[in-house]
Amino acid sequence: MIKVEGLTKRYARHVAVDNISFEVGKGQIVGFLGPNGAGKTTTMRVLTCFLPPSSGTVRVGEFDVLEQSMEVKKRIGYLPETPPLYPEMEVCEYLDFVGRLKGLRGEQLAKRVDEVAERCSVGDVKSKLIGKLSKGYRQRVGLAQAIIHNPDVLILDEPTSGLDPQQIIETRDLIHELAGSHTIILSTHILPEVEQICERVIIIAKGKLVATDTVANLTSRLRGAETVSLEVTARNGAALSSGEVQEKLERVSGVSRVSSKSARDGALSFMIESQEGQHVRPELARAVIEAGWNLNELHAVGLSLEEIFLELTGAPNRDVVAPHATTVG
Amino acid sequence: MNAITIFRKELISYYRSPIAYGVMAFFALITGYFFYIAVAYFVQIGIQSSMMGQSQPMSVNDSVIQPVLSNISVIGLFMIPMMTMRLFAEEKRTGTIELLVTSPITDWEIILGKWLAALVLYASMLGLSLLSIATLFLYGSPDWRPMLVGYLGLLLQGGSLLAIGTFISTCTRNQIVAGVAGFSVSLLLWVLNWVSSFQDSAAAKVVAYMSVLQHFESFARGVLDSKDILYYLSAIFIGLFLTGRSLESLRWRA
Repeated sequence: MIKVEGLTKRYARHVAVDNISFEVGKGQIVGFLGPNGAGKTTTMRVLTCFLPPSSGTVRVGEFDVLEQSMEVKKRIGYLPETPPLYPEMEVCEYLDFVGRLKGLRGEQLAKRVDEVAERCSVGDVKSKLIGKLSKGYRQRVGLAQAIIHNPDVLILDEPTSGLDPQQIIETRDLIHELAGSHTIILSTHILPEVEQICERVIIIAKGKLVATDTVANLTSRLRGAETVSLEVTARNGAALSSGEVQEKLERVSGVSRVSSKSARDGALSFMIESQEGQHVRPELARAVIEAGWNLNELHAVGLSLEEIFLELTGAPNRDVVAPHATTVG
Repeated sequence: MNAITIFRKELISYYRSPIAYGVMAFFALITGYFFYIAVAYFVQIGIQSSMMGQSQPMSVNDSVIQPVLSNISVIGLFMIPMMTMRLFAEEKRTGTIELLVTSPITDWEIILGKWLAALVLYASMLGLSLLSIATLFLYGSPDWRPMLVGYLGLLLQGGSLLAIGTFISTCTRNQIVAGVAGFSVSLLLWVLNWVSSFQDSAAAKVVAYMSVLQHFESFARGVLDSKDILYYLSAIFIGLFLTGRSLESLRWRA
């Protein structure tokens, strides 16, 4: 459905998107990940014909975004990062306006306005001014305008940003519902969201494509090594030097890397990476006990999408990743 | 057809925001004042000349309507930037321009729709001044034809300044900047012909010809001059053309 080949977008001073290629099949739902400034929004803007590509070809269906932009525009629904709303318009006025922009008229238009208002649950605020709506409602009106002409392709730039947890769940459910009949590309900074709703992930960093695969494949590809979190204290409250412990742990067979995480109230904690295919937890426990220290904690840290993501994009401080809360949009 | 969609949306935006009412109220106040002055002066001259036993023919058209229309054309210079400043600057600031540009409509439909909506707002403002002038028809019998020509001139002049203001609005995402720049350009276009008062070179004539108010004088007198009509039509064309170019460049630079 969407075919991007060698897409490059240059601005005056920098390259925002550098030679990216990917394909999205009909009816697929694809997550677009990358740190801020990675080029996600730029790529989306090229797909929606807002920006022309500097080089490369982008096709939606059988239409080229440069040569046949009118045809592409008819087939794409787009929700930019900030929903394009007019605060002085009423919700149904606005949906009517967008419907007309997309080429709907007459009975069909009225029917679609009702349908999308119902579907995005904004029916109860239809005659309210958009300026008076809460953030969650605005986001849903934004989503409603994106699907009003029943487009083949939906492009959603951070559809859940700024919503409260309840609204996020509702929006995700809505996107799930839409998935069957539309091809969806969405960017997000909430990684679990991708795990939950997307079939495939496209990860870009600094304008370059880093990985494109299914979520399951990405996880298994990187799960070869084990990461272990460990905390020790000295017996009888004696002082314990971090360097000493680290040295000891590094000598355990199968360990590839030990990094000190924190030292609080005499308790030292470490992140330990094993070599490929090695299970190091029993050996680590024995080493700690034999050294005469207390083993407070020892557990394997699963490789979440966050870590895969950080791994692939080469973000620096991977030790401070809190599961499920990191923002790396 | 899509231009009408944009046009309707712009009208909603205008009449839901205080800007339309502010501009119209301000305009009604000033034109009302000018009208009062013109009529009062006319009456005074009339009384004086009859007391002195002279019975010179006096024309309401020449001594009331014409000066009032000329004043309106100057007021337009001040009001029009306020009407056009938000047209594109606001869309750029809030990001709604992305919706317009990614919809299957052409740039021309967007521009035409917006310009026409501003023109309708301007025309409805002019309509207010007709209220005061209508009282002249109650108490006298002015000739309506030169008046009609005068209003046509006002519309043409307004259309030109609106087109230029629309262009300026595409250059920034800040309404105030667009307003101030639009006002400066309007002012400049007004005073350009002052150069001809002390210069007689060809260059001075060309510069003076560019002056937007100068071309209104014939309309105010009720004279339809093709040279002036052409001036305004080309100003409208140039303004809208530049808007189109600017909108296009937005995408290459954005």
